[in-house]
Amino acid sequence: MSLTREEIRVPEFKGCRQRPVLRQRGQHEVFCGLTGIMWLHRKIQDAFFLIVGSRTCAHLMQSAAGVMIFAEPRFGTAILEEKDLAGLADMNDELDVVVERLLERRPEIRLLFLVGSCPSEVIKLDLSRAAHRLSKIHSPGVRILNYSGSGIETTFTQGEDACLASLVPNLPPEPEGAPASLMVVGALSDVVEDQFARIFEQLGIGPVRFLPARLADDMPAVGENTVFILAQPFLSDTARALEAAGARMLPAPFPLGANGTTEWFRVAAEAFGVEPSLFDTVTQAPRMRAQRAVENHRKRLEGCSIFFFPDSQLEIPLARFLHQELGMIPSEIGTPYLNTKFMAPELDALPQNVVVSEGQDVDVQLDRCLSERPDIAVCGLGLANPLEVKGITTKWSIELVFTPIQGYEQAGDLAELFARPLNRRTRLEV
Amino acid sequence: MKLSLWTYEGPPHVGAMRIATAMTDLHYVLHAPQGDTYADLLFTMIERRKHRPPVTYTTFQARDLGADTSQLFMDAARDAQARFKPAAMIVGASCTGELIQDDPGGLSRTLGLPIPVIPLELPSYSKKENWGASETFYQVVRALAPQGAERMQAKDAGPSCNILGPTALGFRHRDDVTEIVGLLEKIGVTVNVVAPLDASVHDILALRQADFNVLLYPEIALTAAQWLKRTFGQPFTRKIPIGVSATRDFVREVLDVAGIEDADPIDQIESRLPWYSRSIDSTYLTGKRVFLFGDASHVIAMARVAKTEMGFEIVGMGSYSREFARDMREAAAAYGLEALITEDYLEVEEQIRSLQPELVLGTQMERHISKRLGIPCAVISAPVHVQDYPARYSPFMGFEGANVLFDTLVHPLTMGLEEHLLNMFRDDFEFNDEAGPSHLGHASNNERQKSLEKLQHGEPTQGQNGEGKIEWQPDAERELKKIPFFVRGKARRNTEKFAAELGLAEISMETLYEAKSHFSR
Ligand code: SF4
Ligand code: SF4
Repeated sequence: MSLTREEIRVPEFKGCRQRPVLRQRGQHEVFCGLTGIMWLHRKIQDAFFLIVGSRTCAHLMQSAAGVMIFAEPRFGTAILEEKDLAGLADMNDELDVVVERLLERRPEIRLLFLVGSCPSEVIKLDLSRAAHRLSKIHSPGVRILNYSGSGIETTFTQGEDACLASLVPNLPPEPEGAPASLMVVGALSDVVEDQFARIFEQLGIGPVRFLPARLADDMPAVGENTVFILAQPFLSDTARALEAAGARMLPAPFPLGANGTTEWFRVAAEAFGVEPSLFDTVTQAPRMRAQRAVENHRKRLEGCSIFFFPDSQLEIPLARFLHQELGMIPSEIGTPYLNTKFMAPELDALPQNVVVSEGQDVDVQLDRCLSERPDIAVCGLGLANPLEVKGITTKWSIELVFTPIQGYEQAGDLAELFARPLNRRTRLEV
Repeated sequence: MKLSLWTYEGPPHVGAMRIATAMTDLHYVLHAPQGDTYADLLFTMIERRKHRPPVTYTTFQARDLGADTSQLFMDAARDAQARFKPAAMIVGASCTGELIQDDPGGLSRTLGLPIPVIPLELPSYSKKENWGASETFYQVVRALAPQGAERMQAKDAGPSCNILGPTALGFRHRDDVTEIVGLLEKIGVTVNVVAPLDASVHDILALRQADFNVLLYPEIALTAAQWLKRTFGQPFTRKIPIGVSATRDFVREVLDVAGIEDADPIDQIESRLPWYSRSIDSTYLTGKRVFLFGDASHVIAMARVAKTEMGFEIVGMGSYSREFARDMREAAAAYGLEALITEDYLEVEEQIRSLQPELVLGTQMERHISKRLGIPCAVISAPVHVQDYPARYSPFMGFEGANVLFDTLVHPLTMGLEEHLLNMFRDDFEFNDEAGPSHLGHASNNERQKSLEKLQHGEPTQGQNGEGKIEWQPDAERELKKIPFFVRGKARRNTEKFAAELGLAEISMETLYEAKSHFSR
């Protein structure tokens, strides 16, 4: 079934945008946007991410990666040296040489991202010009794009936003007279993507494409007939870029948990005029499965309080899922950056007395957490063990980014991620 | 500009963090963007420390750059002092902080804080982690030690020393210190201060009260030890007590420096390594070809152990410590080798591939390289990973350390008896040539590459390094069976490797003997 642009119903974003927010300004204990490379390079399988930065950037990547499992990873750092900064070497020439060697060594690479860092931003190294220049040299075999993952501009998952936004202007245009198509935006693990594709097919929605695609040459087309739906909450720049390319955005909650996933699909289904009865038939079985799987963890989680340190920007949708479907009680929900428009549908599902905090002053926030003594705290790797020592059970937020958690079949796994640390606590007698 | 995929060392401010985190009441205020806070996880996750490192990051953002980042720094420094009440503070910048040139040292002077504030200049674009640790420790000692009281020694008190160099995130530093403190006390030397690990600012003031210094980790403490010698006339030891002979040398050096003349007490101290190495089960270790890579001190010390205490053959060695390249080259030359000095792990991988050692002693990086190449490996040096912080007591230094070394070096190899059995029952279905040591996992293969190729071309491709089937001609197979069983497996592997290198599809009798002569060089 193919529809025209006019047949697609795109509703407005709704929801309260006036909730009080605790704004904090102090030490931020979060990763920078470079960290997104960790999952993006797994997703786009013929892309290479070349950070133009310092030894710190290189060290961050390898520390966050934890294990050095790849013979030659598809990311690396062009480390700036004294002579580059002193102007003794022309940085553009140097970069050209690095890129040339790299591409020679890795002939399978089709897409190269030059990723800006704090040092490259501060010295105002123009990577977009460099990308342009290098693209000319290496096209058509390799496309070269750039974005910034610097810590002075991006926080953790915002790196993915910047990366995807850089892809948008280079997406192929829709062919003349193309039918209305749906684009799902945000890196999902392959297993989730395949599940989503099957459900869309059963709903008769199509064509459906995913951004990013698994290969550089398979990136979806964009244009006036494209409507898109976000699968990840941290993609505001990407959304803006897609809108600039003519696409229209569907306002939806995020596909976490049985409800979240259902509402997410419902928005798409309504836009594409899917019969409610068909929608129910298609979603009922997986939905019930998800509910059952989530229900298994209710006993452990219901009534437990939860405190989110700001990290991945998944905090608000996660809190909504844990509150709505498992009866957990969020005490503070920290987020590095609050997009009130995207988050409105999520925030509406949360109790009024929850503290929503934006930004961070880590020492003060730790004090709050320790005085509230939540049953579980969601935090970054640097904070987890020190909190455990003080008797607070923790869940590392980075696992929520690396693990497939979206969709029906993963709803139980998502609940389990929170149940496991509590479960472990009750087992240990030492 | 230099392309780096994996690095052996972090930036110099991570070295400074290792000093601050090692000490009990020193705080570090670092002018750095938010992403640099990743370094905390090195300490809380890899080393499993129970507390956050005592580091305050200013976490300036792009929008602060136009405004006042120096104010941000001053606020952070003032708040950190008020909140954490450290006995002293070090201040500095990370790579990005260095570029915005706010002068943390000068700014903190204007604050008039009630504690000593030590400014650090750590050039991020030319130096690295160990250098940063060394420089920081030196600056801390230089700023604080002169303020300590001079020695008021009771006449009958024995000789005393400081132990210099152990840090947070060090390779086995915690247990090495315990071992060496015990050893020194056994031979009648009092340990005055251990620094920086678990030292307070007050302990640094007391450094000058010792008679001499024991330099355990030159990469970290050589500069400070040299300064203490110049300033307070404290001599320092140079022997690194790794292995039985080196520990004996170390004890002799300490006795000498301490002026202890009584009977040599080290004969009473036993290590199991000498007997274990001489026991006949260890015969199979003879002449195993070993490649070493890591920080200079560990590699130099371990090469001696490998050669003279395990009976291995050193086929290559190297280090990423450029600061100690000369020592490294000299040590390698003594084995008739040329040291590999590099920070590029691809070069290390290349050398391992071409040397085909039977055992690699390296860092976590070499562990991964070896895993890929299917070569046994033991980790003997930083960079570290979580498994380098074992729950049990496992020093590398001293006599107990030598016992640990024996186990560490033997563990990855096929057990002696097991290897014989493997060969004897080679044709038995459970004991085929492909069975590795039963206590080790299987060598990993390159799944990622295969799946990518499948995705791009729709078809998987053959592995390139000899995993494809190579046929043995019947006469060559018969000839192979005549070779004594305990070397037959090795002969088969070497021949197949040799044939694969030449791109042969079949092995004839001639190939077998060509290979034999090739590998008996
Ligand atoms: S939640 Fe309260 S503050 Fe927000 S819009 Fe609704 S009524 Fe107003
Ligand atoms: S915060 Fe900046 S300097 Fe630090 S790792 Fe990230 S990009 Fe590099």
